[in-house]
Amino acid sequence: MTTATDVARIEAPPAPLAVSRTRERSQAETRPAAAFANPYLAGIGLGLVLLAAFVVMGRGLGASGAFSAFVAWTVDGVAPAHAEGNGFYQSYLAYGNPLKGWLVFEVLGMVVGGLVSGLLAGRVRPVIEKGPRIGTAGRLGLAFLGGLFMAAGAKLARGCTSGQALTGGALLNAGSWAFMLAVFAGAYGVAWFVRRQWR
Amino acid sequence: MSAPLFKFGLFGDEVSLLVAFAIGIGFGFALERAGFGSAKKLTGQFYLTDMTVFKVMFTAIVTAGLGAFYLGWLGVLDLSLVYMTPTYLAPQIVGGLLLGIGFVVGGYCPGTSVVAMATGRIDGLVVVLGLFAGMFVFGEIFPAIEGFYHSTAFGAQSLPGVLHLPYGVVLFAVVLMAIGGFAGAEWVERWSARRTAEEAS
Repeated sequence: MTTATDVARIEAPPAPLAVSRTRERSQAETRPAAAFANPYLAGIGLGLVLLAAFVVMGRGLGASGAFSAFVAWTVDGVAPAHAEGNGFYQSYLAYGNPLKGWLVFEVLGMVVGGLVSGLLAGRVRPVIEKGPRIGTAGRLGLAFLGGLFMAAGAKLARGCTSGQALTGGALLNAGSWAFMLAVFAGAYGVAWFVRRQWR
Repeated sequence: MSAPLFKFGLFGDEVSLLVAFAIGIGFGFALERAGFGSAKKLTGQFYLTDMTVFKVMFTAIVTAGLGAFYLGWLGVLDLSLVYMTPTYLAPQIVGGLLLGIGFVVGGYCPGTSVVAMATGRIDGLVVVLGLFAGMFVFGEIFPAIEGFYHSTAFGAQSLPGVLHLPYGVVLFAVVLMAIGGFAGAEWVERWSARRTAEEAS
């Protein structure tokens, strides 16, 4: 049976391939980035990835653990005796090479997944995200400072927004919910002081 | 029961790293789709102009929470074998405050800084460098703060256990809270857009 849409498809003229390809290329240089996904759809996608981690691995997602694993590996390489006397580094070194850790491979995957999504949407370009009222040096200085704070916060809390708030949130982990409330409290508490960075 | 697959010995450590890589691809893809490779988008949450962080996060929590609950109920997933991070209440609250401050100061959280870096954000790359430096600083001062780090240890604690309520009841309350939160978030965004329009005119 031929439906109306089939007819429309058959009767549509074939796209001129060569022409459209060159047009696409010139558009890629100037075209505005595609709109972000609907937040609820993106949230369902993210939730299904997290659920897959539960079902396949019996654990949740993470991010900050990969950074500390890499630092422990570096310190061990440069000053093994120093790393041996430190309980923090030892917690990563006690089970073999920390670079063969689950979170290290997961974060490497995140780089690929983020890049692929960004390329598909035309959002990959070298930029510094900031508001109009702050200079480049100021913005990058605050970015570095933010990283310092978050590293300490994530290690004290045994996880960051991924490993604690998201994973523990879904598992109804009591400590994770306390952590999540504290994250929002901390961020809203200082947002006013750094508003010139964004607005 | 046949899941978690890894815990039932379906594959070993080497394969688990491939699984990690694959799950990471999905994770990074979802974050970038949501707009979490952009510091302006993320920090809009803290100026009430863009509530996407809340919406995505709580949709994900509800999706994974309900999924895990129903798979457990169907007898597919043994939830008791899914790792629960133990609670260290005081360090987790202080750590949460520090992470929240770092989030709005730096513009990204650790996971989203990776995606930002991958999509060319130079500020995202600098946050990543700050994270590495911060891990080293934390490691070096760790002997001095080890006491606090291990304080207020309660072991793995779930909200249903703490509140003495059935798992399903707490999960249902979280779902209701999320739905109420979504309605609130949509209202806040409309209010914020109106206010910006009024200021401009």
